[in-house]
Amino acid sequence: MTNEALAQYANLAVYSAMAVFTIAMIAFAVDLAGAVPTRLAASEIRKEPALVGADSSVDAPALPPPTDDAERSRKAAGIAMMLTRLGALLLIAAAAMRGLSVHRPPLGNMFEFAVVGSMFVVIVFVAISLRRDVRWLGLFVIGPVLLTLGLAITVFYTDASELLPSLKSVWLVIHVTVATFSVALFTIAFSVTILHLVQSWLEEQVAHDPTAMSRLRTIVNTALPPARSLDRTAYGIHAVAFPLWTFTLIAGAIWAEQAWGHYWNWDPKEVWTFVIWVIYAAYLHARATTGWSARSANYLALAGFGAILVNYMVVNVFFVGQHSYSGM
Amino acid sequence: MTQNRMDTRPDESDVTQPTLGPVGMLRWAWRQLTSMRTALFLLLLLAIGAVPGSIWPQRNIDAARVADYLSRHRGTGPWLDRLGFFDVYSSPWFAAIYLLLFVSLVGCVVPRSKLHWRAMRAQPPRAPRRLERLTEHGQIEVDAAPEDVLAVARDVLGGRKVLGEHRLGGRYRLRSDGLSLSAESGYLRETGNLVFHTALIVVIVAIAVGHLFGWRGDRILVTGKSFSNTISAYDTFDPGPWVDTEGLSPFSVAVDKLDVTFEEHSGGAQRGAPRDFTAYTRTQASPGAPEISQILKVNGPLTFGGTSVFLLGNGYAPVITVRDAHGQVLMHEATPFLPQDANYKSVGAIKVSAASPKQLGLFGFFLPSEYFDKDAGPSSFFPDLKNPALALGVYEGDLYPQGRPQSVYTLSTEKMTQLRNAKGDPLRLLLKPGQSTKLPGGRGSITFDGVQRWAGLSIRYDPGKVLALGGAVAALAGLIASLMIRRRRVFIRVRPVGGRTVVSIGGLAKGDDPGLGATIEDLLSTIAHRTGTV
Repeated sequence: MTNEALAQYANLAVYSAMAVFTIAMIAFAVDLAGAVPTRLAASEIRKEPALVGADSSVDAPALPPPTDDAERSRKAAGIAMMLTRLGALLLIAAAAMRGLSVHRPPLGNMFEFAVVGSMFVVIVFVAISLRRDVRWLGLFVIGPVLLTLGLAITVFYTDASELLPSLKSVWLVIHVTVATFSVALFTIAFSVTILHLVQSWLEEQVAHDPTAMSRLRTIVNTALPPARSLDRTAYGIHAVAFPLWTFTLIAGAIWAEQAWGHYWNWDPKEVWTFVIWVIYAAYLHARATTGWSARSANYLALAGFGAILVNYMVVNVFFVGQHSYSGM
Repeated sequence: MTQNRMDTRPDESDVTQPTLGPVGMLRWAWRQLTSMRTALFLLLLLAIGAVPGSIWPQRNIDAARVADYLSRHRGTGPWLDRLGFFDVYSSPWFAAIYLLLFVSLVGCVVPRSKLHWRAMRAQPPRAPRRLERLTEHGQIEVDAAPEDVLAVARDVLGGRKVLGEHRLGGRYRLRSDGLSLSAESGYLRETGNLVFHTALIVVIVAIAVGHLFGWRGDRILVTGKSFSNTISAYDTFDPGPWVDTEGLSPFSVAVDKLDVTFEEHSGGAQRGAPRDFTAYTRTQASPGAPEISQILKVNGPLTFGGTSVFLLGNGYAPVITVRDAHGQVLMHEATPFLPQDANYKSVGAIKVSAASPKQLGLFGFFLPSEYFDKDAGPSSFFPDLKNPALALGVYEGDLYPQGRPQSVYTLSTEKMTQLRNAKGDPLRLLLKPGQSTKLPGGRGSITFDGVQRWAGLSIRYDPGKVLALGGAVAALAGLIASLMIRRRRVFIRVRPVGGRTVVSIGGLAKGDDPGLGATIEDLLSTIAHRTGTV
């Protein structure tokens, strides 16, 4: 009962999105490479924009104009953002056509999780970009998306087909959609966390001896927001993703109760979902504990994302359990 | 999880240290256990401890795979077993982690609830003298009198009247103090945090309730048969320690028909994948109650009060008639065979205890779509009935040596000998539906009449599940509140300067609060606007 032609169009849309994202990624990279500090001194004392503002009238410190972005032309970033939006539309079309071709939500196997997950990542990125300037993040979001799509279309590819009886439930839409969406958020948060670690390392170097920095390091240091701001962004995304992951866990338990007879069966997928939950819970606790630096808490966040990758790529394929829906 | 306070006592290294008594030791141990550092460590330990259960097979999920693993790893297997790697979630070390975490959780929630209770009823603290020392602060000069400015501030902070797009972060509790005003908001952040942690305790209690009072039974039911909810009706029954096994709800279920669909159109790994299982049942809530026709599906259990009936498996039950040499029927029934692979190559045993002088046993495979594989012998190429066949070996002797209990799906052949054909090879029967064959040596005949399906029913009772769900939902709500609500203090000081008023505002937040600066700016501009100084 599957519509093969429509499924083919869906694949075509995925390929097109990949082509578009490739160009977008190059454009993002070109844009970042253009962040050559014209004045090293300015980048050194550049402070966080958020701190300025409340009392600029009274005793504003003598800062240079907030950023150098206004000065340098960011045509490449503009093109990249346009292409990212186009790619997002293509992925939405791909997911929709895949779903229509099999008359069900496209959330039944690893290929479909990967496409829908990438779609969510790009949509969230575009949504954030409407409110804040996140052009610096583009490369680090589109890169992983491209990698995921490449894996999806080659390694994880599964022909469009119907679902197993245990998957035929409204909870598929509720549980898997939210799971995929929170993984998308965790992915973006992961990129920002890595950037935070890089930037705080570079800032230490700048503070130590700015003249000893290599050109590449200076560019990266200039192109990225300050470490404190990166850290706050990462924490903010994690703080949204974690309740969603909690919801995923609860919705999964409700569904398991209906499909398998008990809400918790220690199935490998459940175990890893729980492990991920516990690691990110530890991350949030570490953030709230005095005596833990943001950096060591962020290592926990990285470990959490590592567990997400295991949950998606290792558990689905190699572990025997009731979640063996990889379709491979 | 109480945070370590700064030690303000004088350095005691030169003085004789007072020794800790037993109470002091206990107090010290309690402090350590309930510290945030320990809680974090236990959380990470819990995460790591849970992992082995996903790597090694678990007895409570699949005991056969554990036995298989042990037989293949004779060196490491027994050691892993001794360390509990095949029963991770009921092992002492895993229990130790979560019990310590539970104690730590209680030790965190109780004192913090007391503190929060007091904080909620206390007034906000007085405004500090120098507001410009706070991380977020601002100042303006307005034309209005100091009292008017404070009135506007009280109005804006105390009420819900929020102008334009100003987001002041909820309603504030106020404290007026002469020419200053203190405001505090976001008490719900801590409330949410405590609700979250308390709800986790509720979930753990609910799991314990389910474990103690819940039970699980499994039954393979051939179509056309029925069963009633008593212990003796179950193939396996697994009660919690405090279950009243005499007081089970007295319902009964009959399965009239089982519809099964497999993927026929798609190729590759998807071919033969199950697509739909539907059981048509007749149920009675109690022996005298009216009979109701109900449909039982994989995601749609039947419920009788708190007990639910789930459809978790299915398979084939070949109907076989065994006659003696005179044509007398010794046995005529459908015997369930257990599927071994995705194409339902099924294994089973037919025990003819009425045969004489020696009892007969038939053991072998049922193949829904039979073909002969050179290496594996009789095999099945599809899970549905495309070419059904029975492949059996025949044994004679004592079926139940010493009356020991045994599985109904295998034959205990220690007191039996296999029948052989004229050439002396083990006798193998291959029967299609409707076919009969004579057993050698005047032992009678066997007829394969047809195939019926069976439904694998799992019946569960868990009195803790509603509480667990309630706890989980409350935990989620508390979590969202504790992550999204900001705890803020805003202080306002007014100072008359030659007919005008200087307004200073300072803000203090618990944790990161990027919006606080904007809030203060909004507040300043609102005061300026309302007092007519734009």
